Formats: sequence, structure tokens, C-alpha cells
Amino acid sequence: MDGMHDLGGKQGFGRVRYTLNAPAFHASWEVRANSLYALAVRRGLFNMDEYRHAIERMEPRHYLSAGYYERSLTGCATLLVEKGLVTHEELERRAQGRFPLAAPAAEGRSNHPASQPLRAGDRVRVRADYVPGHVRMPGYIRGKTGVVVSESPTYPFPDAHAHGVASQDEPTYDVRFRSEDLWPGSAEPALVHVAVFQSYLERIA
Amino acid sequence: MEAIPPKQVFQRTASIEERVNAVQAVLQEQGGDAAAGLADLDHSAQQEWVPQNGARVVARAWSDPAFRARLLADGRAAVAEMGLPMPKHHRHLVVLENTATVHNVICCTLCSCTAFTLIGLPPDWYKDFEYRSRVVREARTVLKEMGLDLPPETEIRVWDTTADTRYMVLPMQPAATVGWSPERLAAIVTRDSMIGVARL
Ligand SMILES: [Fe+3]
Repeated sequence: MDGMHDLGGKQGFGRVRYTLNAPAFHASWEVRANSLYALAVRRGLFNMDEYRHAIERMEPRHYLSAGYYERSLTGCATLLVEKGLVTHEELERRAQGRFPLAAPAAEGRSNHPASQPLRAGDRVRVRADYVPGHVRMPGYIRGKTGVVVSESPTYPFPDAHAHGVASQDEPTYDVRFRSEDLWPGSAEPALVHVAVFQSYLERIA
Repeated sequence: MEAIPPKQVFQRTASIEERVNAVQAVLQEQGGDAAAGLADLDHSAQQEWVPQNGARVVARAWSDPAFRARLLADGRAAVAEMGLPMPKHHRHLVVLENTATVHNVICCTLCSCTAFTLIGLPPDWYKDFEYRSRVVREARTVLKEMGLDLPPETEIRVWDTTADTRYMVLPMQPAATVGWSPERLAAIVTRDSMIGVARL
């Protein structure tokens, strides 16, 4: 989905709020929120793709205003409700207040029918797909051309795995893009490497 | 028969701590030993998955050319040799070697992915919208703002962690540290140098 989470190349954000040796956690509830989703994954209540997609489905104003661990907790709670482990009402009764959850999921999809193995050196184009469900293609590479550098082991296909749709595992390719091709006339020169699932790619001459 | 309580409608949003406690109660009622599982994960997140792991890997790569070659060829197998197994779903570790002319930097524009068992759970700035939106498009400026002013001739490579392949930067060894013991070397390797927003 073309959600609020897909931030690569968005303009208007200011300086990185960088501090040396910034801690990973600021409060004990953040540690616990992190462990809650991890425990649910460890127990097989949901998988990482479902978890990432639940966060992506947060209402955009909530996504932008929540800190990282609130997004994590919201994704986890949304899935516990969707999996039937608790009702939204029961969560609110326990919390004694409103408990905002993410919006419902749209449909997932399986591997692209024309998905084919690629090799280092192949020139590839990212398919111009627009999908309503989970996808791990950042919008900034859609339709863009790059070069395959290397191949990973196979992984579950996220577009399917986040939605309980049957699919084949497939590799991702390390695809190298030029920033000037991604944002013509409006990027600083750099090489941008993206791990791209095979289904998202087509070889070009 | 137990009476069903009427649906409660709340005017206030529960505090984040109240929401955390509500979710925790649900997992605890699932059975199993949730308290022990959570305590174990709290411990791992704060004590086990720390940048000192990656620092040991970097120090060894600087000191042991054969290990360095194995690390660059198959990162996951090489760190496992050092007793640093990665989570099952991180099936691939790509180690990115900085040189005098190439500088690598890691990000995750879609969420917050990192090789957290090696370089620690990421700091706020890595997960913030500023870094995620800007570093792929204006890396040189972002790095400069963060205190890393690279020479104009240095090629910048940005790695967006959009799948479960994980990345770690192998920083350049400072010339003054050649010949140091691996323990002494590990002490100078920072998390931010392994993300690639700092040089040593
Ligand atoms: Fe991520």
C-alpha cells in the first residue's frame, strides 16, 4: 500500500535529531512493548510481515504522531484482535480508555506469474505495481531501472505472507540504483542499494 | 449465567503504559510462561543484542585477514563462528567495507530494520522520519549535518533494508591502531560507525 510509512525520498522533513550514543530505549514501557511483539512472534501468533503491515495500516495522523514503540504496540494489539485472541472492547476495558488500532487489511497477492531468476549484472526494471496490501517495494523505486549486484537466500514473499496467501519463497536481489535516476534533477549523487523481491523485477535489455 | 457487562465507551485515550499493560495481560492469559518469556526478551534487548557484538566482529576483521575474507563472503556464517548467531529470519548478512574512496551507510525507509543482534536495537534517530526520508535522497547533506563531512570524491552507497537481508558496515581501521589487540580495537568501534553515519 502507498502508506504513510513509505518515507524514502519524501521532502519537508528537517534535520536528523542526532545525538551521540543515543539509547535504544527511554522508558521501561518501551522495552516491554518491544518484548510483547517479539513474544507474540516467537509464539507464532503472527509473523513479521503481518506485524509490519499492521503498523503500516495505522491511520496516518496516528502513525506520524506516535513514537516508534507506540507504533509497535498498536501493530501488535491490532493483530491480537484480528486473530481473535481478544476483542477491541476488552482491550479498552482493560486499559480503561480508548485504544486506537490500525485500519483493516486489504487483500494480499501471490508471486508475480512471470517472476524469473536473475543474475548479477542484469539490468532490471521495478514493475509499476500498485497494490492495496502489504508490499516491500519502497515507492521511490517503482518503475525505476537498476542493476542486479547479488542475490540473497529465499524468503517468504511478504505480499502473500502478511495476508495468509499461499506463495513460493523467493530470493531478493541487491539492486543498485543511481539516486539521479530515482529523483531526476533533485537528488544528491549516490548509489542506492535496495533489497528487491524477485516478483517486483523484470529483466530489460 | 454470567451477566454480560454493557459496552463501555471511553472519552479519554488510555495512556501508553495502560495500553502496554492491557496487551501484556492478554498474552499472559494465553498461558505458557509469558512472564518468563517477556523477562527473557527484555534481557536480550538490553544486555545481549548490543553493539559490542559487532565491535568484536570488526576488531577481528581488522586483525585477521582470513576472517575478514570469510566475513565479506558470507557474513552470517562468519559471525556464527564467533558465537553470534543471528535470528532465523535474518537469512543473510552483507558486510559493507568502507574504503578511502567508498563510504557505506545503512537505513530502513519503510520501518526500522537493522542487524540488531550485532549492532544493537536502533536509536531513535534511525527510526525517525527525518533520517528515513532524507538519507536515500540527500545522503551527503544528512551525513554532514550528523557530523560526517565526507570529501567530495568519496562515493556514497546507501543501503535500504527493505527485506530480511541485514547489513553491517565494516569501518576503516584508524592508522594509529594498527597492531593493537582485538580487545583494545573492539573498544573503539561505535554503533554509529557500523551504521555508517560516523567514521573512526
Ligand atoms: Fe524496517
